[in-house]
Amino acid sequence: MSRRYFGDYVFRSYGWRHLQSRVMIGLLAAACGLVLLPLFSILGYVVWQGLPALEPAFFTQLPGSVGEAGGGMANAIVGTLTLVGLALLLGLPWGIALGIYLSEYGRGRFASVVRFSVDMLSSVPSIIIGLFVYAWVVIPMKRFSAVSGGVALALLMLPTVARSTEELLKLVPGHVREAGLALGLPRWKVILRIVVRGSLGAIATGVALALARVAGETAPLLFTAFGNRYWNQGLDQPIASLPVQIFNYAISPYEEWHRQAWGGSLVLIALVLGLNISMRAALRRKGKTGDS
Amino acid sequence: MTLRFRRPEAHAGDLIFSWVLRGAAMGLPALLFSIAFFLFQRAEPAIAKFGWGFFTGSVWDPVQENFGALPAIYGTIVSSFLALLLAAPLSIGTALLLTEVLPRRLASAVGFLVEMLAAVPSVVYGLWGIFVLVPWLRQSLEPALARNLGWIPLFSGPPYGVGMLAAAIILAIMIAPTITSIAREVFRAIPRQQREAALALGATRWETMRLAVLRSGKAGVFGAAILGLGRALGETMAVTMVIGNRPSISASLLEPAQTLSSVLANEYAEAASDLHLAALVEIGLALFAVTFAVNAFARLFLWRRTLGRSAR
Repeated sequence: MSRRYFGDYVFRSYGWRHLQSRVMIGLLAAACGLVLLPLFSILGYVVWQGLPALEPAFFTQLPGSVGEAGGGMANAIVGTLTLVGLALLLGLPWGIALGIYLSEYGRGRFASVVRFSVDMLSSVPSIIIGLFVYAWVVIPMKRFSAVSGGVALALLMLPTVARSTEELLKLVPGHVREAGLALGLPRWKVILRIVVRGSLGAIATGVALALARVAGETAPLLFTAFGNRYWNQGLDQPIASLPVQIFNYAISPYEEWHRQAWGGSLVLIALVLGLNISMRAALRRKGKTGDS
Repeated sequence: MTLRFRRPEAHAGDLIFSWVLRGAAMGLPALLFSIAFFLFQRAEPAIAKFGWGFFTGSVWDPVQENFGALPAIYGTIVSSFLALLLAAPLSIGTALLLTEVLPRRLASAVGFLVEMLAAVPSVVYGLWGIFVLVPWLRQSLEPALARNLGWIPLFSGPPYGVGMLAAAIILAIMIAPTITSIAREVFRAIPRQQREAALALGATRWETMRLAVLRSGKAGVFGAAILGLGRALGETMAVTMVIGNRPSISASLLEPAQTLSSVLANEYAEAASDLHLAALVEIGLALFAVTFAVNAFARLFLWRRTLGRSAR
């Protein structure tokens, strides 16, 4: 195939070329419409099908007996909040420390290995993280547990937290650090008391975004937190979660459970998108990041 | 940037602090290594029993303890590439529209919607897939495909709704935001002067996009597509819910199939024997190896070269 050069275009008629340009831009708009169509369809269906399922009982009661009307997802809602809390507890210190390392010390060969590892960890399929935690925590403990679910979610949020912390700390200008050092402060104090403290709000926002992402994860919880039809009996016991409950209900043959799966999806999506949108708005108001 | 000189009277606090951070950093390569190690260790019985035959055998029979992963490997590859085929042109088109055509405010609003698509949990995609996409496929698209293109083996067979096509469509929807946002960054990094040069020579807007934007962003766009592929390969829940989960290899896209991750999600609870569990973990190990290789390739060779910095 011969390569087209610009001259080839010039010798075509003007009208034809402008028509072609219009048509192509129209096609681009159509592509964009096709990409966004599922978003509107999903949001529409989740609200339309989910809203009727959200009776008070949905938020206060345990699941009813198999396939029958009544009951709710109270244990799953509490379970998801518990798991996210555990993930925060386990993943936050490590993630923040990684972010500080990458931003303040991150040069040289070792640092680029670490940075590459962060990228790679973020691309490991979440079900593999679940399988790993199964082999690492669940088998030695000999049972599915809330803790193992928390570990899996913590590992999933680690790269996101590390990355966003790094980016935010890099925005702090160098002269701020120099001013601190010039006053005779030790470097660790400069980093913690000046650099990190100044960006604390933005870092918290980044962490909330990471939490929103892991709150909707299902696959890593299948082998770890497992699921539970009742209230959780302690952190070393299986625990219910919204995504897993939605999955189990969705693939069941019962009409009533399908209804509740839509209800659960509405709650989950409200949680995830709500957190996402409000945190993005907060970040933008501070003018800390662009829109990507 | 930070100052980088060593003071002779360095504080003990500084030393401790930097070593704590280095420890945290060292944990990460160690974590990746131990994921590989633990999976390998648990998969050992299956590796020892089946050897390479695991990847070429097409029978998956937990009762007879005979495990071959070929149908799952086939399903993973076909569904992911088909998804990429569907998603890549649409996503690149969307990215072009966002960076080259729309005014800034509108572009950032549309870009925000695309990012919301990425934030929808996978299980919600699956639910929508089961109750909206699959019935539509069964009643509208698949009968039409079979009627008009049924003579091609790809589109033959009864319209089940669930199957390879459903999985590929849902994967395409899920990876579109990934490809769009990376392609958008690639296009943004292309210097303005290139576009102005093309326009000054009398190129139309579309010709400018082709000559100044697409041509110089080629490598980066390819990297974006590969990262999208990496995401499709490992996606679990939505695929499990719509692919039909049948361990067979069929030429038709309308037939049910399975993927590596859907086997894991389906059988985790039923792994009664140690060998079955080992076979499942070996499937996980294969998936880990493939996604690692694909992503490492995209990041090391394509992405970094075009943008000159590491990917997000």
